Amino acid sequence: MKLDSKIPEGPLAEKWTKHKFNLKLVNPANKRKYDVIVVGTGLAGASAAASLAELGYDVKAFCFQDSPRRAHSIAAQGGINAAKNYQNDGDSVYRLFYDTIKGGDYRAREGNVHRLAEVSVNIIDQCVAQGVPFAREYGGLLANRSFGGAQVSRTFYARGQTGQQLLLGAYSAMNRQIANGKVKMYNRTEMLDVVIVDGKARGIITRDLVTGKIEAHSGHAVLLCTGGYGNVFYLSTNAKGSNVTAAWRAHKKGALFGNPCYTQIHPTCIPVSGDHQSKLTLMSESLRNDGRVWVPKTAHPGLKAKDAANIPESERDYFLERRYPSFGNLVPRDVASRNAKMVCDEGRGVGATGLAVFLDFSDAIKRDGKKTIEAKYGNLFDMYQQITGDNPYEAPMMIFPAVHYTMGGLWVDYNLMTTVPGLYALGEANFSDHGANRLGASALMQGLADGYFVIPYTIGDYLAGMPYEKVSTDKPEFKEAIEQATNRLNTLVNINGNKTVDEFHRELGLAMWEYCGMSRNEAGLKTAKQKIQSIREEFWKNVKILGGANELNMELEKANRVADFMELGELMVDDALSRAESCGGHFREESATEDGEAKRNDEQFAYVSAWEYKGDNQPEVLHKEELVFENVKLTQRSYK
Amino acid sequence: MKVTLKIWRQKNASDKGGFKTYQLDHASPDMSFLEMLDVLNTELIKKGEEPVHFDHDCREGICGMCSLYINGRPHGPLQTTTCQLHMRSFKDGETITIEPWRAKSFPVIKDLIVDRSAFDRIQQAGGYVSVNTGGVPDANEIPIPKKIADEAFDAATCIGCGACVAACKNASAMLFVSAKVSQFALLPQGKPERKERVEKMVAQMDAEGFGSCTNTKACEAECPKGISVTNIARLNREYYAAVASSYEWQVGGGE
Ligand SMILES: Cc1cc2nc3c(=O)[nH]c(=O)nc-3n(C[C@H](O)[C@H](O)[C@H](O)COP(=O)(O)OP(=O)(O)OC[C@H]3O[C@@H](n4cnc5c(N)ncnc54)[C@H](O)[C@@H]3O)c2cc1C
Ligand code: SF4
Ligand code: FES
Repeated sequence: MKLDSKIPEGPLAEKWTKHKFNLKLVNPANKRKYDVIVVGTGLAGASAAASLAELGYDVKAFCFQDSPRRAHSIAAQGGINAAKNYQNDGDSVYRLFYDTIKGGDYRAREGNVHRLAEVSVNIIDQCVAQGVPFAREYGGLLANRSFGGAQVSRTFYARGQTGQQLLLGAYSAMNRQIANGKVKMYNRTEMLDVVIVDGKARGIITRDLVTGKIEAHSGHAVLLCTGGYGNVFYLSTNAKGSNVTAAWRAHKKGALFGNPCYTQIHPTCIPVSGDHQSKLTLMSESLRNDGRVWVPKTAHPGLKAKDAANIPESERDYFLERRYPSFGNLVPRDVASRNAKMVCDEGRGVGATGLAVFLDFSDAIKRDGKKTIEAKYGNLFDMYQQITGDNPYEAPMMIFPAVHYTMGGLWVDYNLMTTVPGLYALGEANFSDHGANRLGASALMQGLADGYFVIPYTIGDYLAGMPYEKVSTDKPEFKEAIEQATNRLNTLVNINGNKTVDEFHRELGLAMWEYCGMSRNEAGLKTAKQKIQSIREEFWKNVKILGGANELNMELEKANRVADFMELGELMVDDALSRAESCGGHFREESATEDGEAKRNDEQFAYVSAWEYKGDNQPEVLHKEELVFENVKLTQRSYK
Repeated sequence: MKVTLKIWRQKNASDKGGFKTYQLDHASPDMSFLEMLDVLNTELIKKGEEPVHFDHDCREGICGMCSLYINGRPHGPLQTTTCQLHMRSFKDGETITIEPWRAKSFPVIKDLIVDRSAFDRIQQAGGYVSVNTGGVPDANEIPIPKKIADEAFDAATCIGCGACVAACKNASAMLFVSAKVSQFALLPQGKPERKERVEKMVAQMDAEGFGSCTNTKACEAECPKGISVTNIARLNREYYAAVASSYEWQVGGGE
């Protein structure tokens, strides 16, 4: 199989403009004849559904929550990047492009990233026009902040609730189209499979989560906007329902999976408090603008936050400021996370578990006053106090890295199409744009870029490129897919073993975190592979699910998702094994510089790995999309 | 810590439902309330009893999916979402009663899960600014005084959880509706459609069968996002102004 990224020829800054001109258009009067299926209503899905409906397409949208407004995008806190240069501090489309490519450790496509930077400015305009209440200056214009390692202030934000406000904007645009009858919304409905007819994606199979009814839906194109798969680690900052099922089923139907092992570990999360832990809570990394990260120079086992003040300045190690003098506490996420892990591995971690470092605001409060800090971070401080019972105005916060985002996802070309014609992937569900590491505030940007400004153009080219055909669910492929989905659920409810779904999920998560997390080595990865295989084998013999398949059954929903996570986990490990270099969000222990920093290997690994499914229990086949860099020079990232 | 849980169990929408009592011996003060229910559910499954169904997703207090009427209060004893509530808010040995939201417009689907789609339909009736993707002005061409922007933001933080309805003896949805109406009434982007918006949203709210507002302020007291009842006052002003101008328009044929 030859992977064609379809990156347009020509100078970088003209690629997208030229491409848009070259794309075929669907006649406005014909658009209503086309049915488009949008799975997922987060930033990517809601913006796509609204924009496509505005153009005249008939859209069916699906989400598993009780309302499209609850998609996981709602939880994004910190902000969204855009190259507006409102601050006159030297930003530009090219600089945002450059920072994103570099931040991704040169493992993303130049063409895609430049397009992302170009449309970033339109996103802000669009959101403001919808009434998204971004933060403003006293003069009435939009405020910006610098975020996650950027040296310009290009991040737009709405207090600590940027994702919420952006999503409510996209939700409102979609609501308008629901009221218009152009979008039909299916809440509490989960996609179980994609249906392929004559080599093209022509529909999906869903389960009504309230009644258990399995149904078929047909369409001329299917858009998967189903988010990331961080929950493969069990503990992550993702919402509990976030899952890989839609993407994974598409993968098993022929869509290649890109860079599965690229996971982002976020440095500022609230540490684990016990075995009951069900998820991890992120504290926006904007906190690192004012908080200083430290641990004691020597081990102080069990040191509590309220006793931190007893450690004199001279006994503290502000390890990020020490090791990276020019970026200090604002080094990118992967660097901050890895260093936190390192000091904890040295035994200098704090808190009851020793798996935490301090994030200290006392200097900022002294400098700017409590009121200023409260205005900036009030809601985050409250959230922290609610969860931990500690007051961060009085004692430092304790933080530890947690899985947060997955750069990997379905492989897509420049048009966001997967290797299955008519099947698209948008937002976190695809692999594009962030390379091996995502910069802060750029996932929201990418989700909305894909949905508002890319897919409305590229989908037309596909639809106009072939003779119009009616689609329907009468085809045998739909019947077959319904049967398969039904059988799988029935098998699950009939196993009637001894262990709960969560128990299996925890075991899987532990193996992934231990061996395929922040830092990896060959031996560990091989162990992980065996572990996952045996967890999976046991799961299908010993999982216990009560209740039936024809009713609301949350254990069944979970089991169905965890079964897919186990298969994905194995692929992640294979991918990590094959990528014997350190890059971006992951550190391969065999590939380090003398002072212990990550060492990338461009000669051997400047490619996107794209995996092809070959059947149950068959090894997947690796395809490589070589990355071509015509504009940027590959350098080792240094934040010293 | 040990707790006794009195939980509403209801097999499906047509089942009558009733309370069942469970004993949980291994709760810890650091657990979130939902983690405590996870622990209970693991025990139930092991014993061969169906787990308690409840809605949740983000577990960060922002998606609005979790609900639960705990000891007679929506989202429990603190003014926060249930997912942000921790067991340290309860006493060792306490009996905790857990029910679904109770409101005619939020029918129970199973156990503690209710159907809140009425909220979506109210938003669909007018909770938007009618702009299409593309062709909008530069963001900084619409300056908005910070004070107004902040006030609009405060209203916009509603998470659509429905606690306001559950708290209200009339099951009124006024706080929820007023939050959206206020956000757009305050912002210049919302001004062109403010009249139709408030009329349509209120009409849909009534059609969904939510009760009327008698100013008890129970909603504000329980709203996890601190949405203020001043928004209800603003909604009323917007509504009467809209209705009055429609009336003038009808009698006088417009200007
Ligand atoms: C706590 C947190 C904070 C973050 N903060 C930031 C930030 O400040 N800036 C930033 O840029 N990024 C941030 N991110 C990342 C960003 O929020 C996400 O990457 C982004 O919102 C993903 O959007 P999405 O539309 O791709 O998917 P999601 O918002 O995850 O939406 C997925 C949708 O798919 C649906 N779905 C999934 N599977 C199925 C199925 N099988 N059937 C039917 N429907 C399905 C869901 O119902 C949902 O509607 C943050 C992430 C987290 C976890
Ligand atoms: S107004 Fe408050 S209580 Fe009501 S839905 Fe919104 S956030 Fe929930
Ligand atoms: S689970 Fe999202 S607000 Fe409680």
